[in-house]
Amino acid sequence: MKGNKLIIYGLLLAFGLAAPFIFPAYKLQISFMWILVILALTWDVQGGQMGYNSFGNILFFGIGMYICAGIQIGMFFPLAEWTSSGGEKTFLHTPSQYFQGFFVGLVLASIVPAIVAALIGYGILGLRGHYFAICTLGLGIAAGEIAGGIELIGAGQGMTAPPWPKGIGDTELRSEFFYFLCFILMVVTFIFLKWAYQTRFGLILNAIRDNEDKAEAMGIYTMRYKIIGWIVSAFFLGIAGGLMGNMVGYIEPTEIAFAGATYGVFMVLMAILGGKGTLWGPVIGAVAFHIFKEGFWTFFLGWQYVALGALIVVIVVFFPEGIMGWLREKYPEKFGEIVDEADRKAQVELK
Amino acid sequence: MSTILEVNQVYKYFGGVKANEDISLTVEQGSIVGLIGPNGSGKTTLFNSIVGTHPIDKGNIKFNDIEVSQLPVPTVAKLGLLRTFQQTRIYGKLNCIQNMLISSKSEKDTIFNIFSKIPEDLTTKAENLLQFVGLHQKRKLRAGDLSFGQQKLLELAMALMNEPKMLLLDEPTAGINPTLINGIIDRLIKVNKEFGITLLVIEHNMRVIMSLAQRIFCLAHGQMLAEGTPEQIKNDKRVIDAYLGVQ
Ligand SMILES: Nc1ncnc2c1ncn2[C@@H]1O[C@H](COP(=O)(O)OP(=O)(O)O)[C@@H](O)[C@H]1O
Ligand SMILES: [Mg+2]
Repeated sequence: MKGNKLIIYGLLLAFGLAAPFIFPAYKLQISFMWILVILALTWDVQGGQMGYNSFGNILFFGIGMYICAGIQIGMFFPLAEWTSSGGEKTFLHTPSQYFQGFFVGLVLASIVPAIVAALIGYGILGLRGHYFAICTLGLGIAAGEIAGGIELIGAGQGMTAPPWPKGIGDTELRSEFFYFLCFILMVVTFIFLKWAYQTRFGLILNAIRDNEDKAEAMGIYTMRYKIIGWIVSAFFLGIAGGLMGNMVGYIEPTEIAFAGATYGVFMVLMAILGGKGTLWGPVIGAVAFHIFKEGFWTFFLGWQYVALGALIVVIVVFFPEGIMGWLREKYPEKFGEIVDEADRKAQVELK
Repeated sequence: MSTILEVNQVYKYFGGVKANEDISLTVEQGSIVGLIGPNGSGKTTLFNSIVGTHPIDKGNIKFNDIEVSQLPVPTVAKLGLLRTFQQTRIYGKLNCIQNMLISSKSEKDTIFNIFSKIPEDLTTKAENLLQFVGLHQKRKLRAGDLSFGQQKLLELAMALMNEPKMLLLDEPTAGINPTLINGIIDRLIKVNKEFGITLLVIEHNMRVIMSLAQRIFCLAHGQMLAEGTPEQIKNDKRVIDAYLGVQ
């Protein structure tokens, strides 16, 4: 059992590392897929494990995106000039400037969203159920509106991220570079969450999901765990946003950075499709969703959102617990759940 | 003997409903005290006031000489004053062992041990306590799949896992198979004598409370109606009238 698991993990890791060389034409596609996995995994911290449906996690993704690109540019050139006049044509990053800026950009793209999560979380994680969901929905929308009004970052026009520097290899190298960053970030996010879910933190998130009042009555400061959970999500989402902005090369407030109607919805959908509240569910859901979307989108030209709507209906009706949840009900013993009829029927005795 | 809990002239209104009016009671360290009264007389409300579920309108509540009426719920629990619920509250999708593990008090409650491992020996402690309440064979079942009465037993075990100084039990035998009632009385006495936990018990079953408690308080219409030993309460005309519905 242990050995089997190691082999599976090894094979998956090997696939991830070899993929850009086996499917060179799909490098960028698979990079996006890893980003989607991160979106689903981090959403599930709230939506699945903790039972708080957040429609605002896209906020941290967008902030990470703007912060990273803004730092990359602002460290070496006047940001206002860059955004107002297509600065990528006049200002050129040397390779060392590019990587320095990118590194600092990513670091801040993780820290700033984490701080924002702590501050906002303190304010709104006290809300329960629908109130929390609606409030977070507002967050993403507001962020898009606000970003669209800030001239420094290109307002509604958006801004470009620094292009790949000249003189260190072609676009192939660029896409491999971003591929591996996405893949590593996905793996690190997964490993971190796998570990965290086995600690007291993981159990308490589940306790909050199942009965938050009971958890408080038992002396658990639930707010603390809710905030830490959101910080964790924001941290990884911010880095993912930083990577995404650079890969796409162009950052726009409502369609790319704070894309609540697309990525904001996708992250929820992917986690539910795969099975929320499980470790592997969001991963499987994101991969299945991406393949469905990329594979079939072209067939539904003009009808994509109808197809997506149909997918949502199918998921909700036939797989309300997602793929993993469905498997879990079917093969509980594989999930470490012993359902012994004798135990269930046993009479309780107090002698 | 010293006083562990002191409720002093507590008032709690819900709009026009006078749920608690001028309630005072004291509980001695190490004792078992009963709280009885007809349905709707304000017993659960008093529990909620004591542990801080809602703010009280007037009065004060001292636990081990600490004023707790302004403190948030988890803080009161951390002081060692726990309650169980009349309508059971358990973590339904987790199994009984996990329910127990969550309930254990972490020694140091700092930011740094949020991500601490769950100590191995806690599982043994959890299993022993589940054995104590008769749920050992059910330990791997999801708590949500247990019957109402079994969930009550699980809640009791969860509370014990937390090692409180005092427990407020809200109808611990309600919904429990009558054949188990003697076992529960026996367990509660052990909890009190051997674990050294002071008990304040809301109970409908007169036989249970008469054989458990050393002192009984009786509420009616949100007010303290009578107080005394089981013998005095049993023979108190006001109590008998309240229960028979005579005004
Ligand atoms: N949260 C609440 N909001 C409004 N009224 C309440 C609330 N809790 C209790 N009450 C009212 O207070 C009175 C006492 O209720 P309760 O304390 O539950 O009684 P008991 O536990 O003795 O049966 C009842 O009339 C009940 O309807
Ligand atoms: Mg009650």
